[in-house]
Amino acid sequence: MTSVAAPVPADAPQGLELPEAGRLRSTVDFYLTTMRLAVQEQFQYRTANYFYMFGMVAEPVIYLVVWTTIAEQQGGSVQGLTVGYFAAYYIVWTLVRNMNIVFGAPFWEHRIREGELSGALLRPLHPLHFDVAFFAGWKVVVIVLWIPLAIGLSLVFDPVLDPRPLEIAVFFVAIWGAYLLRTMFQSTLGMLCFWTTRGAAIFDLWMTLELLLSGRLVPLPLMPDWVVTVSWFLPFQWAFFFPIEALVGDFTDAELARGLAFQLLWILIGLALFKLAWRFAIRRFSSVGN
Amino acid sequence: MGTVRVFWLFFRVGVMNELQYRMNFVVQLLQSAITLGVALAVLALVYSHTDDLNGWSQSELLCVFGIQILMGGVIKAYIQPNMTRVIGEVRDGKLDYALTKPEDAQVLASVREVRIWQVVDVISGAVVLGFGLSGIVADLALLDAAAFAVALVLGAVMIYCFWLVIATGAFWIVNMWHAIELFDGVYLTGRFPVGIYPGWLRYSVTFLVPIAFAVTVPAEAVTSRLEWQTLVIAALFATVLFVGTRWFWRFGLKRYSGASA
Repeated sequence: MTSVAAPVPADAPQGLELPEAGRLRSTVDFYLTTMRLAVQEQFQYRTANYFYMFGMVAEPVIYLVVWTTIAEQQGGSVQGLTVGYFAAYYIVWTLVRNMNIVFGAPFWEHRIREGELSGALLRPLHPLHFDVAFFAGWKVVVIVLWIPLAIGLSLVFDPVLDPRPLEIAVFFVAIWGAYLLRTMFQSTLGMLCFWTTRGAAIFDLWMTLELLLSGRLVPLPLMPDWVVTVSWFLPFQWAFFFPIEALVGDFTDAELARGLAFQLLWILIGLALFKLAWRFAIRRFSSVGN
Repeated sequence: MGTVRVFWLFFRVGVMNELQYRMNFVVQLLQSAITLGVALAVLALVYSHTDDLNGWSQSELLCVFGIQILMGGVIKAYIQPNMTRVIGEVRDGKLDYALTKPEDAQVLASVREVRIWQVVDVISGAVVLGFGLSGIVADLALLDAAAFAVALVLGAVMIYCFWLVIATGAFWIVNMWHAIELFDGVYLTGRFPVGIYPGWLRYSVTFLVPIAFAVTVPAEAVTSRLEWQTLVIAALFATVLFVGTRWFWRFGLKRYSGASA
């Protein structure tokens, strides 16, 4: 008996793998289309977006007022940071914070609980692509809506801002780096939702670490030395302090380059962690909902 | 009388409902501990760079923090869940079920939800307040304590009125969800005595969003800096707000035509 191979019809499709040749192009197309959709969708909800942004602005304004008060009590500066610096720091803060809003960990719970993940899994593309693309599109709307807000805050608080062209360029790269960095870590954290529906406390703990170690609460130099040391071993400051300080402070060229390199490094680490967590998480998934 | 009975009934059902989910208590404990930790870290940080923030010592500011956390607990336990439910129900058309009941619609809309585990925040706020008070040299006079209690109740009423305005706004603007984020953000201003804010912001968080009345005024009472005029203004403003928002709610209701039918 000779072994008989299954007959292959001449016109059968060549396997089920995606045609590699068009893959990059269709991925780029997917990103552009999703971003465009997000822009169109979010521009309809201008009031809602502004509500959200106004709520967010309260936080830096509080910090700003507190540190301005302290600086003025001490003759105009705290540890060499002037009132004008604080104003610039916290106004730029508002944009960086907005860039930091991503498809966060708590939304994974919603996605799983409501059965949306089942649908997303049927697509030929990983859901993470959609999250990155959709929120990136939203960011475009956010940046446009942010401009009047920034002008208003600048009129009220007199920031001192004197960046070099290179610093401006690095800033615009760094805010997108911050966006990707935070996306990776929030998504990884979101994988917890495959195990528990009570991740809220853990997410809060993470947010708290981030608040204290990223420069969100105060410019990092104001923190105790040991906190600054700890922050060097964690991703947080590269998504917050670094982009702000790139524009507001006086980093040298080498420090700017180092910052971008650290961002890239942490994005890759975050992506690796996400992929690892996803492999285990998705095995646990059984569809909920319809 | 009917109001009290309805309140008590819903309160009991709500509490029994919540007590089933004991794990929520643990989660709430952790979250309250985190809130507290952040507050203390901020306080330590501020006072590592100065001894006095606009005339408030560290212990006095601890009192402000405590009251802010305590009042935050009250808001999240009672006011916010009820009001967000109204916002959601206007959109889904379910508010009809409340409106067709033979009880005052505003009362019903305001008492149906209770998040009893938020009591943890109320307690932790009270403990922080206690620690703050123990650091202040002068003893708490009985009159101050009474003024504090009155100011706290008036503050809670005013916050309720503010939320009712937002919820009533849902009759016109359906998408009011971000109002929650907005409020949570603005409520943070209560962490510090309003005196430190520039004029426009001070007036906004006093009369637009009555956080100053809810947190700073009670804090002034326990730190013996409250003038009796402030308390009178608070009482007047609370009355005006309460009457005004009740009118506004009824005005909004007239406009509401239901969405379920």
